[in-house]
Amino acid sequence: MAEPINGVPELPKPERMKIPRHPMPAQDPHARNRNFDEVATGYAPETALAEAQRCLQCANPPCVKGCPVGIDIPAFIDLLRQGDVAGALVKLKETNTLPAICGRVCPQEEQCEVVCVVAKRGEPVAIGRLERFVADWEREHSQVSVPELASPTGMKVAVVGSGPAGLACAAELARAGHAVTIFEALHKPGGVLVYGIPQFRLPKEIVTYEIDALHAMGVEIRGDFVIGKTATVHELFWEFGYDAVFLGTGAGLPYFLGIPGENYIGVLSANEFLTRVNLMKAYDFPRHDTPVRPGRRVAVVGSGNVAMDCLRTAKRLGAEEVICVYRRTRNESPARKEELEHAEEEGIDFRWLSAPLAIRGNAEGFVTAMQIQRMELGEPDASGRRRPVPVPGSEYDIAVDTVVVAIGQGPNPLATRSTPGLALNRHGNIVADPETLQTSIPGVFAGGDIVTGAATVILAMGAGKQAARGINTWLEKLKAGEVEKPRLE
Amino acid sequence: MFAILSREEIAPRFHRFVVRAPEIARKHRPGQFVIVMPDEHGERIPLTIAHADAAAGTITLVVQEVGKTTMAMGRMNGGDGFVSVVGPLGTPTHIERLGTVICVGGGAGIAPMLPIAAGMKAVGNRILTILGGRTHELVILRDEMAAVSDEVFLTTDDGSLGRKGLVTHALADLVAERGKPDLVVAIGPAVMMKAVAELTRPMGIKTWASLNSIMVDGTGMCGACRVAVGGQTKFVCVDGPEFDAHEVDFDLLVKRLRMYLPEEQAARERYLEQCRCHGEGGHHG
Ligand SMILES: Cc1cc2nc3c(=O)[nH]c(=O)nc-3n(C[C@H](O)[C@H](O)[C@H](O)COP(=O)(O)OP(=O)(O)OC[C@H]3O[C@@H](n4cnc5c(N)ncnc54)[C@H](O)[C@@H]3O)c2cc1C
Ligand SMILES: Cc1cc2nc3c(=O)[nH]c(=O)nc-3n(C[C@H](O)[C@H](O)[C@H](O)COP(=O)(O)OP(=O)(O)OC[C@H]3O[C@@H](n4cnc5c(N)ncnc54)[C@H](O)[C@@H]3O)c2cc1C
Ligand code: SF4
Ligand code: SF4
Ligand code: FES
Repeated sequence: MAEPINGVPELPKPERMKIPRHPMPAQDPHARNRNFDEVATGYAPETALAEAQRCLQCANPPCVKGCPVGIDIPAFIDLLRQGDVAGALVKLKETNTLPAICGRVCPQEEQCEVVCVVAKRGEPVAIGRLERFVADWEREHSQVSVPELASPTGMKVAVVGSGPAGLACAAELARAGHAVTIFEALHKPGGVLVYGIPQFRLPKEIVTYEIDALHAMGVEIRGDFVIGKTATVHELFWEFGYDAVFLGTGAGLPYFLGIPGENYIGVLSANEFLTRVNLMKAYDFPRHDTPVRPGRRVAVVGSGNVAMDCLRTAKRLGAEEVICVYRRTRNESPARKEELEHAEEEGIDFRWLSAPLAIRGNAEGFVTAMQIQRMELGEPDASGRRRPVPVPGSEYDIAVDTVVVAIGQGPNPLATRSTPGLALNRHGNIVADPETLQTSIPGVFAGGDIVTGAATVILAMGAGKQAARGINTWLEKLKAGEVEKPRLE
Repeated sequence: MFAILSREEIAPRFHRFVVRAPEIARKHRPGQFVIVMPDEHGERIPLTIAHADAAAGTITLVVQEVGKTTMAMGRMNGGDGFVSVVGPLGTPTHIERLGTVICVGGGAGIAPMLPIAAGMKAVGNRILTILGGRTHELVILRDEMAAVSDEVFLTTDDGSLGRKGLVTHALADLVAERGKPDLVVAIGPAVMMKAVAELTRPMGIKTWASLNSIMVDGTGMCGACRVAVGGQTKFVCVDGPEFDAHEVDFDLLVKRLRMYLPEEQAARERYLEQCRCHGEGGHHG
C-alpha cells in the first residue's frame, strides 16, 4: 500500500503566485561525471506538494494543448496537492502510459511548460518533475496494479518493435482484450529506452517495471526476433495467425559524415557507442564481456540529445577531454536545455561554429586527430536557422583518439524492405493515415519514429496508442467480415 | 533460452553445436549467420549457420576458440543453452548455375563454406574445393565438404596433410591445370581472402569473399561492421557478409578487426586465470 501523503490546503492565488519554482535536486556535477547513477534525484514529497501549489488550475489550461498527448495537467496536479497520489497516477495514465519515463525525458520546455500561464511572469510550473514524482512514488510504494482488461476477443495482434510506440500500442490492445505479442530484434525490450538513453538519465529499472506491467497484462514479448529475417509481415498474418500488425521499428539506422577517414578505428556511431555501454553494459567490462574503448580525448559530432548522451557517457567512462563539435551555435543546438546545461556543468568542452572536415589516423588505422573548419552564421536557411558558412583559411586540427558521430538516424530498412506494397516516403519512412495510422496495406499499422523520423518518446507513445484505436476498429471490421487480411506475396 | 542439443569437439578447439532454433532453421539460406549471446553477461558474436534442419528445428554452428567468448562456449554442453540467438541475418548467397565454382576455405572459414558449396552443388555447379589450415587437425569438416564437392584438394602449412603450402598455391595450380573457373568463393582469415583476391584479380576471375568484421547487433543499427567496398562504406551484417573480393579494402578490414585487441587479450587472460583457479586450466594451455 502507498504510504499516505498528507495533502495541503489550496492557498489563495496571489500567494501561490509568489512561490518560486522548485529546483530539481541533482548529484554534484563533479561526483556524477564519474558514475552512472541518475543525475536528477527527484523531488521530496514536501517539495512536490509545494510545487503543485504553484499551478493556478486554469479554466482553459494552455499546458494541456502543449502536451502532445493532452494530459489533463491541472487535474493530476490538483489530486497530487490533495495527497491523492494514486488518483493522480490514474489521471496521468488515462493519456500517458509511461509517465515515469516522459516526466524524465520529455522536452517540457518546448511542450507543456513553455505555454504555462505562470511562465508569463516567472518560471513555469514544473509539470514534468511532478509527473515523475507521481509515477515514482507509486512505483516505489505500491504494488504493480494490473489495469482492468476487457474480456478476450479472440483476436491476435503482432506488435513489431518494443520502443515506446510498441509498448504503448501493446498495452492499449491488451486492455481491449486482444492477445498481443511484441516481436523485438534485440535480446532486451525497450527500444531506445534501453539501448540509447543512458542509465544516468533514465534508470533501466523504470523501463523494466513498465515491461513487467505489460507481462502482467498477458502481453507476450519475443526478443531475438527480426521481422524481415526471422519472419516476414506476410508470415505473421498467414503462418503465425495474427489478425493485425503494428510496425514501431523506430529510426535506428546511423548516419555517418561522409568525410575522409571515417572508417578509422575509434570512429563510432552514437548507436554503437551507446549500445555497447547501455545495452551491453560495457561500462562494467570485464564483468560484462562487451568492450568499449573509453578514449582519452573524445570528440562527439552533433549537438542534439543523442550527442549530449554520448558526451556525458564518454566523460563517465573516464575520458580526460570530451569535446562537442557542432557547426552552429549554442542557440541552434537541438538538445534539451537541461541536458545542455548538465553537460556544461560536467566539464564538456563545447566548440560551437566548428565543422569536421576530415579524420586523421596513423598507419595502424587508429584515429589521431580531427580537422575542423571554423564557421560563421550567414543567412537563414529553410529551417529558419541561420546557415553556418565556412570561414576560409580557418582550418585547424584537434588531437583526439575517439570520434562519436551523433548527427542523426534514419529508418531501419529491414522490416520495410521485406514488406512488398508498403508505401514509404522519400526518406524511407512509412506513410500512415494521420487518423488511423493504417499504412498502405490494410491491417498493417505504423507509428513512432519509423513514421515521423527521429522524434520524441511522448510522440512515439502517443502514436502507439492512436494506432491501437485504429487497430481496434480494423479488428471489429475483420470480425464482421467486412475486411480481409492482406496477402503480401 | 536456446537449448544446446549437443556439442562435439571436431578438431582441437573447434566445436560443433546443434542448437534448437526452429524459426531460424525454417528460414535459413546459405550465406546467412546468427548472432549468439551465450549468457546474460555475454557479448553478442556472429556465427555462420553451417547447417540447418528445418524438420528437426535445429541449426548447426561450428565455433573456433579464439577468445573469451568462444572459449567459454567450448565448455558448454548439451543441456545448456544460449540466452540469445537471433537470425538468420545477412543477405543469402546468390545461388545460381554458373558452371565451375572453386571453393577456397581456410580454418574456421570452412564452416560457412559448407552450406554455400552444398547450395551451389544442388543447382548443378561443378564444385572444386580447396581446404587449408596450419596443420592437419585444423582442416575441419573434410568429409562434409567432400560430400558436396566433385573434387577436394587439401593443403597444410606444415605438410602434415595434403600438399605443403598455402591455399593460394593450390588455387594457382588448379587454375593453370584446369583453366579459369566461373567463380571463386573464398572464406577464411582476412589475409587469406586478400591473397586469393590478389591472385584472381589479374586473371579476371569473379571472386567472392565472406567478411568477418566485428559486429554488435547484426541488423544495421550500429555500424560497427562497416567496411569499404569499391570505395563505398557498406555494413557487412545487412549488405553482406559476401562481397566482390576485388572491391573489398582488406587492409582496412584487418585493421578494424584489431580494434579491441587489448580488451580481448585482457578478457582472455582473466578468463584463463579463473579457469586455472577452478583447477581446469590444462586444456587451454
Ligand atoms: C540517445 C538518444 C537519446 C534520446 N533522448 C530523448 C529524450 O531525452 N527525450 C525524448 O523525448 N526523446 C529522446 N530520444 C528520441 C526517442 O527515444 C525516440 O523518439 C523514441 O524512442 C522512438 O520510439 P519508437 O518506439 O518509435 O522507436 P524505438 O525506440 O527506436 O524502438 C524501435 C524498436 O524496434 C526494434 N526493431 C527495429 N526493426 C525491427 C525489426 N525488423 N524486427 C523487430 N524489431 C525491430 C528496435 O530494435 C527497437 O527496439 C532519444 C533518442 C536517442 C537515440
Ligand atoms: C558473419 C560472420 C560469421 C562468422 N562465422 C563464424 C563461424 O561460423 N565460426 C567461427 O568460429 N567464427 C565465426 N566468425 C567469427 C567470430 O564471430 C569471432 O571469432 C568471435 O566473435 C570471437 O569472439 P571471442 O570473444 O571468442 O574472441 P575475441 O577475443 O573477442 O576476439 C578474437 C578475434 O576475433 C575477432 N572478433 C572479435 N569480436 C568479434 C565479433 N563480434 N565479430 C567478429 N569477429 C570478432 C577479433 O578480430 C579478434 O581478433 C564469424 C564472424 C562473422 C562476422
Ligand atoms: S507527457 Fe511530456 S509534454 Fe505531456 S505533460 Fe508530461 S512532460 Fe509535459
Ligand atoms: S497552464 Fe500552468 S498554471 Fe495553468 S493549469 Fe497548466 S500548469 Fe497549471
Ligand atoms: S553489426 Fe551493427 S550495423 Fe552491422
